[in-house]
Amino acid sequence: MNMTNKQYDLLTKQSSPSSPKVKNGILAFVCGGGICVIGQALCDLYMAWGAGETAARTWVSVTLVGITALLTATHLWSGFAKFAGAGAFVPITGFANSVVSPAIEFRSEGLVMGVGAKMFVVAGPVIVYGTFFSAVYGIILCIIQAVQGVM
Amino acid sequence: MAKRIGGRTVRLDKGIGVVGYGSVVGQKEGSGPLGNLFDEVVDDSKPLDGSWEKSESALQSAALTRALGRAGLNADGVDMIFAGDLLNQCIGSTFGLRSYGIPFAGLFGACSTMALSMMMAAISVESGAAQKAAAVTSSHFCTAERQFRTPLEYGGQRTPTAQWTTTAAGAVVLGVGGRVSVSDICMGKIVDLGQSDANNMGAAMAPAACDTIVSYMRDTGTSPDDYDAVFTGDLGSVGSELLLELVTAEGYTLDSKHLDCGKMIFDIERQDVHAGGSGCGCAASVLCAHILPMLESGRYKNVLFCPTGALMSTTSGQQGESVPGIAHLLHLVSG
Repeated sequence: MNMTNKQYDLLTKQSSPSSPKVKNGILAFVCGGGICVIGQALCDLYMAWGAGETAARTWVSVTLVGITALLTATHLWSGFAKFAGAGAFVPITGFANSVVSPAIEFRSEGLVMGVGAKMFVVAGPVIVYGTFFSAVYGIILCIIQAVQGVM
Repeated sequence: MAKRIGGRTVRLDKGIGVVGYGSVVGQKEGSGPLGNLFDEVVDDSKPLDGSWEKSESALQSAALTRALGRAGLNADGVDMIFAGDLLNQCIGSTFGLRSYGIPFAGLFGACSTMALSMMMAAISVESGAAQKAAAVTSSHFCTAERQFRTPLEYGGQRTPTAQWTTTAAGAVVLGVGGRVSVSDICMGKIVDLGQSDANNMGAAMAPAACDTIVSYMRDTGTSPDDYDAVFTGDLGSVGSELLLELVTAEGYTLDSKHLDCGKMIFDIERQDVHAGGSGCGCAASVLCAHILPMLESGRYKNVLFCPTGALMSTTSGQQGESVPGIAHLLHLVSG
């Protein structure tokens, strides 16, 4: 074939439909925003029931993670996530789904080498780099505060 | 004896024919456009004994049983079996076929495996190494997803170029005789034009299909007009469009003759499979449910069967390698 990789790449791009970015963006905004509204409503509810703000916010996370885990286990989440896209993925719901789904999936390889070893196969990088960059942020903050203290 | 024609083609002259074939698919494939043509549609909503891999092995086993039944043979009557699938170390085949006691060769040709295994079976019969040789392949949506992509319940969106791995298996028994014969084979080369998007396999494989089809036409001095149809395995809508452009650039017009098993097995819009079906079982099951019966009945006189494969693994992808493609071709003739 008389075609370079570059020429073929151009041809491929012309022939490959791209994702409907505007539609996906709108759905993600509405669905992700909807999850956040539910979170805020839960927060207000827990506070109305007498929880302090910090405790109420923690309970919101726990509730959303619990609901997502339940919906993932009952095969309902993936359908919603296909529709909502990043709107389902970006809030804490996405994190819950990314832990629960491999835990279900790798049950067939046993509790140790399956569930235990594979549970964080999707969320692992988020945890590793989330922790790492939190530490980096902390060090930078520390240095800035030390410099400000000297000045 | 087999003889080489041109640079790549091998002509078989012993009258190697298809003496039995069988296809087994899952529910989604069963509700597709070819649904009522498959020998068996299995309930694939739950894993067999908690394992999707066991489900895939069962598919392969069921397809072989169907093929043996049609051939009027039991397992003892088959001298060799060539089989493969998409799973690491081809466990779909190993565990699906272990109880048959047939001398076994496991092959990996990704989604081109049906043609690869049929070529090996045909050469074995042609050479006299076997009187009857079988070729079997399978793929399963759930085993492929968990090995190559993300867990089944993981919530994500597919790109429009992504393809849906079919839950399907096909088996063929070759011997001397039969109403459909394998007249030529053309082994594919590894062709890589640098595509690296694992969600656009059609684009990665189309150059390999073009290379094999065009090489075969040149070797035999034929053109697409000489055939009733030219089937590719699972290029899907994107890969098919690219194949037609690539073949046109080589001086042939394939448009009116080209059919793609990945586009045939599903109703792309209604079944929401994006660019179409894929997997070893896609070409294998369409061959056994549509192409071979049409050849047997004489509605097709002669066709080219050219499944394509993407020869990558998750490791090569993660290490930044591109996706090499391959396509093997068989010329199947009625009568």
